[in-house]
Amino acid sequence: MAKKEFHIPELTGHTEVPDIVDGAMAHCRPFVAGAEHQEALGFPGELVEGWEQKAIAKLGELLERNRALRVYLDTCVKCGACADKCHYFLGTGDPKNMPVARQDLLREVYRRYFTLSGRLAPRMVGAKDLTKEVLDDWYTYFHQCSQCRRCSVFCPYGIDTAEISMAAREIMDHIGLGQKYSNEIIAKVHKIGNNLGLPPRALENTLEGLEEDVKEETGVDVRFPLDVEGAEIMLVSPSADFFAEPHVDGLIGYAKVFHQAGVSWTISSHASEAANFAMFIGSYEHMRRIAGRIREAARQLGVRRIVFGECGHAWRAGYSFLNTLAGPWDFLDSRYPVPQHICEFTYDLIGRGALGLDASANDDMTVTYHDSCNVARASRMGEAPGGQFHIPRELIKASVNRFVDMDPETTHGKTFCCGGGGGLLTDDLLELRVKGARPRMQALKEVVEEEGVTHIAAICAICKSQFSTVLPHYGFEMDMTVSLHQLVGNAIRLGAKE
Amino acid sequence: MSALTTLFALLLYFAAAVMIAGLAYKIFQYARTPAPLKIPTTPAPLSAAGAGLRVAREVLLFESLFKSNKWIWLFGAIFHAALALALIRHLRYFTEPVWTWVVVLQPFGKYAGYALVIGLIGLWARRLFQARVRYISHASDHLILLLLVAIAASGLAIRYVVRTDIVALKAFVLGLLYFDWQPLPGDPLLLIHLALVAALMIVFPFSKLLHAPGVFFSPTRNQADNPRERRHLSPRAALLGNHKDA
Ligand code: SF4
Ligand code: SF4
Repeated sequence: MAKKEFHIPELTGHTEVPDIVDGAMAHCRPFVAGAEHQEALGFPGELVEGWEQKAIAKLGELLERNRALRVYLDTCVKCGACADKCHYFLGTGDPKNMPVARQDLLREVYRRYFTLSGRLAPRMVGAKDLTKEVLDDWYTYFHQCSQCRRCSVFCPYGIDTAEISMAAREIMDHIGLGQKYSNEIIAKVHKIGNNLGLPPRALENTLEGLEEDVKEETGVDVRFPLDVEGAEIMLVSPSADFFAEPHVDGLIGYAKVFHQAGVSWTISSHASEAANFAMFIGSYEHMRRIAGRIREAARQLGVRRIVFGECGHAWRAGYSFLNTLAGPWDFLDSRYPVPQHICEFTYDLIGRGALGLDASANDDMTVTYHDSCNVARASRMGEAPGGQFHIPRELIKASVNRFVDMDPETTHGKTFCCGGGGGLLTDDLLELRVKGARPRMQALKEVVEEEGVTHIAAICAICKSQFSTVLPHYGFEMDMTVSLHQLVGNAIRLGAKE
Repeated sequence: MSALTTLFALLLYFAAAVMIAGLAYKIFQYARTPAPLKIPTTPAPLSAAGAGLRVAREVLLFESLFKSNKWIWLFGAIFHAALALALIRHLRYFTEPVWTWVVVLQPFGKYAGYALVIGLIGLWARRLFQARVRYISHASDHLILLLLVAIAASGLAIRYVVRTDIVALKAFVLGLLYFDWQPLPGDPLLLIHLALVAALMIVFPFSKLLHAPGVFFSPTRNQADNPRERRHLSPRAALLGNHKDA
């Protein structure tokens, strides 16, 4: 598909709620997974015969399995409180990107086949037969949801459109209509252990290269160990950390932190991926399989602790789901949470004065912080609710002299998605990604102009990649985005401790 | 016993039965369906008690709605508070002697009817004139508002315009409760009011009014944030078993 020209929204001041423009994004849909990528996950290779009945049967099955889905399909009162809360609606004006309207795409079918009112009076309650047209809308608009959960914060019943999107994608996978980007990646993890399909040998080379780089730059032997049995800590990081910018600078930061802490640690080639894209397609089975690799690796290497690197949805999969999916973790050191976030680990060290930070190392920057949606709204760090906001900011403040927060309507629990989460970080959705980033870019522009912010730190591999791509569309430099542990890494005085 | 009394007695029994059975079924269904994963919208309370409190705040104060939209919150709160008061006020038809706390609340209940209509009109205006809300509205969303307004209006009319025989009405209601039917006053307004209420009860378990039980079952609100401390295992996860370690 040739790249389409599209209008890049202007940053005008604060984010206004757009007028609705029917079908504004109807043309924007990701590549459909081919048979090879479908079958690798056990899904049919193409749209199956009788997909209508099969989809309905699958929906019925999910309703039995998932209370959230059942309750949320029944409960919505169409109050519209969520309607102006989605960055994709704010960025595109397409009414089907209003969270409630997105849910309705599935709800209409649910009502038709599973409720009395929908069977008796479909027109009155907005119930619809599952037609090809409806399926097309499903494919389009359930792939215009980054599952960021912002809508669920504002809904009086906590209705989480992410749950609906996940269910819809699960149904579509089962009738042979999967999304190429996510399914291809999941197959790679099953086969090789990471999203990139990076084999152990290549991983080893990369890590050796990093050791040399750091040695050259600092003169200190900071190790990047791979598959070391008996290490204390296993680091599970998004594989983007191994090569993408600015992710890799974050990885260097973690290594410096471990070095400074004096703990033995290792990366596992078997579980060289924190990301769990199976979450995006709503597949419990695949999510469980990917999580299982982390358990296998921890067993194999005989580590005592598991620490996750910087990645938003991975932290959700780690913090909220790992215990359920791959626990119990009774063979690990019970004095530490399983898993622990690298930010928690570093925060702990700073609290004990064990790190030796010199914030002036980052004096060339004024930094703001982007709360990643899955960290903000689907997980926690530390002991108290809200630690996921507090701890990363404390790390930045310890590493940087000039820190500025963005508009509070766009941070913490109300943070806007970067625009590329939920399995949408693919070029075939570039238009959506650029437009969906608008609310975040708007808030960024404010602090750039008013506070002289030069960099935006994030703790999510997807956010970082997405920002690198979309920042230039809004007239910013692409390297404005930095990893949080890059800041920490810059500030660490290797060898020195307080 | 007049045909009218019999008709309404049967209608009201039927409506109550549908509502109670329908709601019981839905509640049973929600309770029975597993929540496979921990999905509270965070920051969330760390304990079950805290999560219970969070749900209570949603039910009593509409906490999340307040965060998102002050107008919907205002009209929604007015409507629901007024509805609660009106329902409490109606308890006097069901109790003999009338409970003291119901008596105490009577004077407030009087104004509740007006507040009810104001709240409903506010919500309806949004639905009609706000393009986003109009887009997501189906006929049933308007009809349910119409039904509620009609119930409130007929109730107010009975109270302030064409009064009915309250004593006879109460005898009728108590008669229904104790299966000792008494004649129902034949005022048309009263009959309309009762018929509309019966209709509301019947549609309750088949409509978005399910938000009433639903709010208690929303995992993003009622789950505690403690997945690392306590392993969450739904029956489904248990069925798949633990990972076999090599
Ligand atoms: S989860 Fe996020 S992307 Fe999806 S509808 Fe809600 S606000 Fe929009
Ligand atoms: S806020 Fe919740 S109840 Fe209101 S329209 Fe949105 S999803 Fe439905």
